[in-house]
Amino acid sequence: MKNEMTLTFSAVSDNEAFARNAVAAFCVGLDPTIDQLNDIKTAVSEAVTNSIVHAYPNGAGDKFVTVRTTIEDNTVHIVVSDEGVGIDDVDKAMQPFYTTKPEQERSGMGFTVMESFMDELSVERNTPTGTVIKMSKSLRGADWKEKKSSN
Amino acid sequence: MKVEHYKQGEELHVKLCGELDEHSGAYVRLSLDSLIDDGEIDKMYIDMSELDFMDSTGIGVLIGRYKRLKAKGVPIFLQSPTPAVDRVLGISGIYDIMIKAGQA
Repeated sequence: MKNEMTLTFSAVSDNEAFARNAVAAFCVGLDPTIDQLNDIKTAVSEAVTNSIVHAYPNGAGDKFVTVRTTIEDNTVHIVVSDEGVGIDDVDKAMQPFYTTKPEQERSGMGFTVMESFMDELSVERNTPTGTVIKMSKSLRGADWKEKKSSN
Repeated sequence: MKVEHYKQGEELHVKLCGELDEHSGAYVRLSLDSLIDDGEIDKMYIDMSELDFMDSTGIGVLIGRYKRLKAKGVPIFLQSPTPAVDRVLGISGIYDIMIKAGQA
């Protein structure tokens, strides 16, 4: 069965906790392990924070971030998108410790965390502007449950 | 997000409670810096047993404090991180520069 949810919210830091907790709550039906749920929460937090911090340098008052979550075949697919300035050099942005804002003590580890915690990650340009981050993770706890019930 | 603290001699003990992300990061940074600047310290302990969530913003906050304290030769000990936080700390390589310690 396919199940989908889309959240669109103002690009302000108050919404970081809301976004990661809402996605985690949506995934609970798959019966993930606590570790899997934490991985998803952290990856969503990184992606959403990127959009909030970098996408709208001229103010985020009426700007938005969208998180679409799809669950299909025990895999969760998450797409985080904004319509901001985009990323100049994606390869560079994905290097560990690379940040365009070192003066703000940003670690530059956001993409590294997303890559480590999810099975797949891709970064694309949004049309006409902005960034789309796509990531997915197979929830093996859910797999196990299915196998067990079919035995 | 809450930052608790007490001093034992010149040891600064800090406890982070709640969720450390970009939203709460500035508050945590300011809180830690004001404690670091308030008198002499020779060791800093950060109790993470009640830190329910931390993303890479927390890594930035920790590395920033490390740089300030390294100049004074003050080591940082990270105590009892929850499994989720421990995973972020491990991936970032923070245990190369801070010491993971047990119970507070």
